[in-house]
Amino acid sequence: MKFVDEFREPVLITRTADEIRRLADPRRHYRFMEVCGGHTHSIYRFGLKDLLPPNIELVHGPGCPVCVLPMGRIDDGLSIAEQPDVIFTAFGDMMRVPGTRGSPLEYKARGTDIRIVYSPTDALRLARRNPDKHVLFFAIGFETTAPSTALTLMRAKADGIRNFSVFCNHVTIIPAIRAILDSPDMRIDAFIGPGHVSTVIGCRPYTWIANSEEKPIVVTGFEPLDILQSIVMLLRQLNDRQQKVENQYTRAVPWEGNRAALKAMAEVFELRPYFEWRGLGFISQSALRLRESYAEWDSERRFSVPGVRVTDPKAAQCGEVLKGFLKPAQCKLFGKECTPEHPVGALMVSSEGSCAAYYSYEHRKSQVLTHGSLTR
Amino acid sequence: MTSTVSRLRFRDPQVEMAHGAGGKASRRLIDGLFAPLLFGGSAPAPLGDAAHINVNGTCVAFTTDSFVVSPLRFPGGSIGELAVNGTVNDLAVSGAKAQALVVSFVLEAGLRTEVLEAEVRAMAAAAQAAGVAIAGGDTKVVEHGKADQMYITTSGIGPLISGLSISPAAVRCGDKILLSGPIGDHGITILLARGDLDLDADLRSDTRSVLPLVERLAEAVGAAVHWMRDPTRGGVATTLNELANDCGLGIVLSEDRIPVRDEVRGACELLGLDPLHIANEGQFLAVVAAEQAEAALEALRETPGGHEAALIGEITDTPPGSVLVTTLYGGSRIVDMLVGDPLPRIC
Repeated sequence: MKFVDEFREPVLITRTADEIRRLADPRRHYRFMEVCGGHTHSIYRFGLKDLLPPNIELVHGPGCPVCVLPMGRIDDGLSIAEQPDVIFTAFGDMMRVPGTRGSPLEYKARGTDIRIVYSPTDALRLARRNPDKHVLFFAIGFETTAPSTALTLMRAKADGIRNFSVFCNHVTIIPAIRAILDSPDMRIDAFIGPGHVSTVIGCRPYTWIANSEEKPIVVTGFEPLDILQSIVMLLRQLNDRQQKVENQYTRAVPWEGNRAALKAMAEVFELRPYFEWRGLGFISQSALRLRESYAEWDSERRFSVPGVRVTDPKAAQCGEVLKGFLKPAQCKLFGKECTPEHPVGALMVSSEGSCAAYYSYEHRKSQVLTHGSLTR
Repeated sequence: MTSTVSRLRFRDPQVEMAHGAGGKASRRLIDGLFAPLLFGGSAPAPLGDAAHINVNGTCVAFTTDSFVVSPLRFPGGSIGELAVNGTVNDLAVSGAKAQALVVSFVLEAGLRTEVLEAEVRAMAAAAQAAGVAIAGGDTKVVEHGKADQMYITTSGIGPLISGLSISPAAVRCGDKILLSGPIGDHGITILLARGDLDLDADLRSDTRSVLPLVERLAEAVGAAVHWMRDPTRGGVATTLNELANDCGLGIVLSEDRIPVRDEVRGACELLGLDPLHIANEGQFLAVVAAEQAEAALEALRETPGGHEAALIGEITDTPPGSVLVTTLYGGSRIVDMLVGDPLPRIC
């Protein structure tokens, strides 16, 4: 497959893994945070950790939108879904995320009108087709998905479609990275920077990480070769005692970002003064809400929302895992009370969540000894 | 009765879609509720695709399956074809040749006759192609809105294919795993046919009878075939996890040997799905003794419809009860059962 297979080419990958082993100083330990859930998923899916020397540790970051969404937001959204003549729409990612009284999928099984959409424009189309219903789009995601929500709202406003609204949970990546760096126990040597987010925001917003925090960061794609190449670039920077923002994902990320997308976001959204992140707590200026000029399309303004706050079960250590202090399997609930089938914390829900990825791909692998090669 | 009831381990408060998706939740429902009450206390261990029952000294295989697909017609097939092939295949992979089917229709009032007729014709054609008689049936009609157009249940019976004796207990360390052809065609075709995605691909469902391939395999290597299943809902990953659980051994697959069409890979990449979790309707997996694996593969590849068969992995002693996939570059990952339906990943 074009633009996929080239980045999974075994010879290149083996060669890059060799380069990593050559560059890594055996006397030191490296902790690299992959900010993005997409990276976490790729690392597990392609078994990349098996290719790295043991002194390179990959720490999962906060970049999984589903994982950082507090349960109260899901409850709020679903409380609107239960009102008469409302169609609740969301990405498939959201469907298994548990609220206090069940996930959207469980509400759907009980008869609530909940539908999976693949884009906010699908939700808007549903609103056009069902003028007697109100269609709510439960928006999640970082700057990756926020522009499509913005463009959909601009279209709704231009076409005067009033039976449509957005329950906005869009968050921004930079404050989350700052929160991680501000944690007192933070011990990250460098960052594997977000790929998809950077297609929108570009590389410039990361310069403070290099300049003020003196940590290397490489904006990285999602294929195995992308991630390994990024590790090579980070090791080179560390070996040369440099701290720079570098762009490995040049085929998708322009340095300046996507101006049209940023403009659409600025037209529709403004920063919330603060927003709660699951596991990280309240972070100021870290999330988006609809501007006053889009109030009519804002679910939180159109419907009365309970504004519930749900604290995570005490035993769940999502925050520690999210900040990289604990490995998923070190959480007290991992694999016991909390499994992909019955997730307690959201990190266990999304396949980008480090716990679910770890559970699916890594859990039990420790039991594996070397296995014989296959004969055709 | 109290002793049976006390063994009920099914604690879910209500039926969820996941209970029908063929993964862990389905298994919990069967093991925790159906088996203790219906199957005399314990599941006919291990759960196969068909029951083997003794009728006056003759062993026959007997199975049933319900079909609830939306849309009814899709590229490469329709619900009528699935209803025949699905049951023929369940019998085939349990080592039996379908002899007769009976069919039950649940029809929604208001269903257009031409829609029904098309499906009945599709069933007749599929039955003829598979060489099986449709021996009887039943029809119920429910009020408009109480069903989604039509549901079909088929039950099939047939004699065991001679020379085959398959069971997870027969599976040995070192056995090879064969797959009859590329995976994911059916599931992705259905996903695209629903029209929710603005994606087009030149894909067709793989629905077909696998009986000719199974018969050829039996003829070629007979008792060396230790186990077979068709990886329908939940895909290859779920089916092989069940095998790993049932036989207590490990399974190691080689990712580069698993045949997947580019269109399926592309759709899976876009939607964040794993082809190993996608449903198939015309493929099967066979575990074959190592020394006969080459001959078995050869036999499948020579048979019409089997030219894309592949040896995809082997049975190992570690990790017990798990399925491991080795990637092209020597990395590896665990592949678990599907939890619920595959949901696309967007954000």
